[in-house]
Amino acid sequence: MIQVVGLTKWFGAKRAVDGISFSVARGEVLGFLGPNGAGKSTTMRMITGFIPPSSGRVKVGGFDVVEQPIQAKRLMGYLPENAPAYTDMTVHGFLNFAAEIRGLRGAARPRAVQRAVEMCFLESVLHQSIETLSKGYRHRTCFAQSIIHDPEVLVMDEPTDGLDPNQKHEVRGLIRRMGEKKAIIFSTHILEEVDAACTRAIIIDRGRIVANGTPTELRQKSEGAGAVTLRVKGVGSAEVSARLRQVSQVKRVAVLEEKNGSVSLRAFPASNANGELARAIGEAARGWQIEQLQTEEGRLDEVFRSLTMPDTGKKSET
Amino acid sequence: MNALANIKTITKRELAAYFASPLAYVFIVIFLLLCGFFTFMVGTNLGAFFEHGQASLDTFFIWHPWFYLFLVPAVGMRLWAEERRVGTMELLLTMPITSWQAIVGKFLASWLFLALALALTFPLVITVNVLGHPDNGVIFCGYLGSWLMAGAYLAVSCITSAMTRAQVVSFIISVVLCLFLILAGFAPVIQFLSGWASPSVVQAVAACSVITHFDNFQKGVLDSRDVVFFLSLIVFSLFTTAVILRGHRAG
Ligand SMILES: Nc1ncnc2c1ncn2[C@@H]1O[C@H](COP(=O)(O)OP(=O)(O)O)[C@@H](O)[C@H]1O
Ligand SMILES: [Mg+2]
Repeated sequence: MIQVVGLTKWFGAKRAVDGISFSVARGEVLGFLGPNGAGKSTTMRMITGFIPPSSGRVKVGGFDVVEQPIQAKRLMGYLPENAPAYTDMTVHGFLNFAAEIRGLRGAARPRAVQRAVEMCFLESVLHQSIETLSKGYRHRTCFAQSIIHDPEVLVMDEPTDGLDPNQKHEVRGLIRRMGEKKAIIFSTHILEEVDAACTRAIIIDRGRIVANGTPTELRQKSEGAGAVTLRVKGVGSAEVSARLRQVSQVKRVAVLEEKNGSVSLRAFPASNANGELARAIGEAARGWQIEQLQTEEGRLDEVFRSLTMPDTGKKSET
Repeated sequence: MNALANIKTITKRELAAYFASPLAYVFIVIFLLLCGFFTFMVGTNLGAFFEHGQASLDTFFIWHPWFYLFLVPAVGMRLWAEERRVGTMELLLTMPITSWQAIVGKFLASWLFLALALALTFPLVITVNVLGHPDNGVIFCGYLGSWLMAGAYLAVSCITSAMTRAQVVSFIISVVLCLFLILAGFAPVIQFLSGWASPSVVQAVAACSVITHFDNFQKGVLDSRDVVFFLSLIVFSLFTTAVILRGHRAG
């Protein structure tokens, strides 16, 4: 549904987005990760046709966003960063305006408004002025606007920003459910959201894609991915690590903790491990009292940090 | 057809926004008070309206270029500045509409609002009709010219509103620009200019002024050249607004 090819944006002499390419199919929820200033919002603004790209193309449902903007925009719902809304209007007035400008006429309009109101739990504030709403409600009002025409493509810039934990949970659930039938892109810098809502994630840093894959694939890029943690009781750490080092699939052993007579160690896989590490270590540990034996999946925050902050000192943005 | 429906939707929303704030009512009251005060109390000499000896609204229309100088930029200043400050412009321009539909829709809303304010001066028309036998064609012509002139000021305010996120800045710049539009044809300025510039230069400068063109309307002369002047000023200004907005988006 969404195809992005070589998308680039210059702001003066500054390259905010640098040759990004990816695509999103129906049924996919793509998480857009990256530190602040990475170019997430700029990319989304180009996808939704708000700002023109310096070079590269965006196609939505087969329509080029620059050449056939109206057709492309019709297919899209957009929740901009900070969820702007006309504060002088009531929630109902605002959603009715959104439905009208989306071309919903006759009985279809109140039906669409009603549906969006129910999905976003806005009944209690329906006739309240947006100006007087709490941040959570204001956010949901803008969210409701983006889904009012039941779009096939949904682009959301930090949809959970500023919400409390319950609301965050609700919104993630909503995104995941809608993602079954739509193509969704949403940006975040909260890593748990990748697991909670995405089928795929892209990490971008300083305008470039540095990783693209399912959450599991991304995790495997972390240094700790595939390592095995072993906790045994009644043996000294020196003895355990000496024996583990002799296992051919082990590259390195780190002692994590030693207390109450138990010792925890982590063994990192050598290149010949091929997922056999846990079995090999289990065999090596025969005869000891094993309290825990576990293969680490890797951690997203580790991947994120290693990919996006190789030169902390030089970065101008934080 | 679609374009008209989109413009209508935007105009409706924008008009509602005016009346959602007390500013609209304050504006209308100030406008009416100014009209009443200047028409009856101030003139070439005091009480000109009554002393004129003839039933007309000359002393009413003559002040309009000056009322509008402050009032129209106040109406127009929020049009785009607010939209950019709050971020709703991003919402509006990612809807399935073209940016010129948004520009025209918002402009029309403010222009209709000004039309309403102008229409509320109807008691004056009734008054002169009660007092004497005015030429209602001339009066209608004056209203038409006044509304067109207000549209021209408003379009200039659209430009300045698109230039900045700060409404106050937009207001000040458009007052200055509109002042130029007045002064170019203001009698003292023309006299001053003709002291050292050639008559053709003076004429060219005066032709750029709203006063020169509004003059004919006041006299009841409906000249297509004057109508074209105001309309082209509006179109040019809205076009410039579109260019400025596109510039912001391109970064
Ligand atoms: N309109 C603009 N003019 C100039 N620079 C901009 C503009 N918008 C964004 N930038 C710059 O582009 C970079 C990317 O910004 P953005 O896309 O907002 O990042 P993110 O959403 O990932 O935090 C930042 O360095 C930002 O300062
Ligand atoms: Mg952002």
